[in-house]
Amino acid sequence: MSRIAARFATLKAEGRGALIPFLEAWDPDPATSMDILRGMPAAGADLIEIGCPFTDPMADGPTVQLAGRRALNAGATMAHTLAMVREFRTENNEIPVILMGYLNPILSYGTTRFCTDAAAAGVDGLIIVDLPSEEADLMTADAAKNGLDIIRLVAPTTDDARLPLVLAGSSGFVYYVSITGITGTRTASGAELAEAIPRIRKFTDLPIAVGFGVRTPAQAAEAARTADGAVVASALIDNLAASLDANGKAAPNSVRIVLDQIRELADAVRSARK
Amino acid sequence: MPLILEVEAAYNAAKADPSFQRELDDYLKNYVGRPSPLWFAQRLTKALGGAKVYFKRDELNHTGAHKINSCMGQIILAKRMGKTRIIAETGAGQHGVATATVAALFGLPCTVYMGATDVARQAPNVFRMKLLGAEVKPVTSGASTLKDAMNEALRDWVANVRDTFYIIGTVAGPHPYPMMVRDFQSVIGDEAKVQLHEQEGRLPDALVAAIGGGSNAMGLFHPFLDDASVRLIGVEAAGHGLDTNQHAASLSRGRPGVLHGNRTFLLQDDDGQIIEAHSISAGLDYPGIGPEHAWLHDIGRVEYVSATDTEALDAFQLCTRTEGIIPALEPAHALAHVQKLAPTMSPEQIIIMNLCGRGDKDIFTVAEALGVTL
Repeated sequence: MSRIAARFATLKAEGRGALIPFLEAWDPDPATSMDILRGMPAAGADLIEIGCPFTDPMADGPTVQLAGRRALNAGATMAHTLAMVREFRTENNEIPVILMGYLNPILSYGTTRFCTDAAAAGVDGLIIVDLPSEEADLMTADAAKNGLDIIRLVAPTTDDARLPLVLAGSSGFVYYVSITGITGTRTASGAELAEAIPRIRKFTDLPIAVGFGVRTPAQAAEAARTADGAVVASALIDNLAASLDANGKAAPNSVRIVLDQIRELADAVRSARK
Repeated sequence: MPLILEVEAAYNAAKADPSFQRELDDYLKNYVGRPSPLWFAQRLTKALGGAKVYFKRDELNHTGAHKINSCMGQIILAKRMGKTRIIAETGAGQHGVATATVAALFGLPCTVYMGATDVARQAPNVFRMKLLGAEVKPVTSGASTLKDAMNEALRDWVANVRDTFYIIGTVAGPHPYPMMVRDFQSVIGDEAKVQLHEQEGRLPDALVAAIGGGSNAMGLFHPFLDDASVRLIGVEAAGHGLDTNQHAASLSRGRPGVLHGNRTFLLQDDDGQIIEAHSISAGLDYPGIGPEHAWLHDIGRVEYVSATDTEALDAFQLCTRTEGIIPALEPAHALAHVQKLAPTMSPEQIIIMNLCGRGDKDIFTVAEALGVTL
């Protein structure tokens, strides 16, 4: 069983949803980013999502855009992101790690080599924001061969006619983009989620995680209870960014601020029993 | 995806409906001022000594460039789809002005995304858009230029998909835009073919057009693709030179990748990060190129060459003095190649160059480059 499937099975047995915190690789520098990653499991992360920096992150709001810019300024490359995961795996072999990124750096790396190297580094799943189902063949075979899940985005605009096509290429879990729009800008209401999640469940048995607009512990708890997991990204990066000095350098407490926030989110998610 | 599938379905339905083309033709004739003339540039021809040079004068369109051909088609489509809000990206501001113009004409609110760098260097066009009632949003993400404006417009679109139509300015972006913009711009080549037949009774020997995203070139070339005797030549912006890192030559110096929903040649580094393009012409300052150009390049049907900032500036001045036409810096790149090409051809041969925009917007840039204080 893959790490992702195993983790969701465990959580189901515990009767709760997953907290999936996000960090942008190398934001604002490799050491700080690595320390946040290392601290995430103990702070209460159930799965971890790592953003691969890209110059043109079309689906991301200002917060993640700036995180990517800081990372690229620090010299981040796809190889560096994979190296981070490889290093992390020397001390944690259980928690699922998902890479989220855009297609062009993967194409540039080479899809076959990328899937091989990502799996070898200890990556469990891929979210490729600008790879539509129609073009998914580009990655499917290489990902499957290397045991990597392809996690697809489902949006409020993904209607019942399109859902089967999107879900056909999905594995691991389904990522529900809870708003029409970009990351970190708006928040879906509990009522919207209560309507959307059962609609998707009619088409799939895969776990569903909710992202884009989950910011507070209460929102994370609600998303994790209604669906099977909550992804929190911009709210964490906002606090990380606020801790940086005028030159964008990490402060002594930058790592702790982010991990404390993850602890609060995790407490809320863990107390929201299904 | 659902939003672009909706545009595709609506466009296919419009294409099959004769009333759509009739409405577009009426606006193009009576509002835009088509057909644009095909002008035999006699003094330029004499000065260059060689092939006869004709200008397809799309700079005489309302708003001063070819961009409005496609804006008109797209806004009629938006109206058919029941969309009530228009967005666009712009680099130099020509596409933004054309979009703001048709939005005003159709009474729709319009937001134009423009890189903050371009807002600063194209102030007259920013003011034009505002006069036309558009909201101009400066984009400060990334490098604050055209590609970032396109990112921001795409972000707006996914957030406001239900009421908003995105009018893209070039033959790039997600399908069906490259095809749709090509179809709307093909009026340039269709007219030129008929006009040259009337004036010379035959096909041209070569067509030359500047390429940023590639919409004016695609519009001129497309109706001639099956005429094997016609050489088709696209001119990319070589900026400070192809061997510097300051150019916009995606075909000559880029490699295939995916950006803005299309797979094409991109300026990018070894890690697949997109590199900023440079050209003296803000309209050519895009790190990609329409995917159909990439294909025409690969099959060898179109030749792609380049012209530097300096060559374009020289051609700009040649055009003003020999023909009394102030061209935009974009077609000045095409003319820079015509300067090289015409003397190698015989006086019986014919070149048509797309004079796709007028240069009023560029006089400040040109003055600065020539060291003149206005």
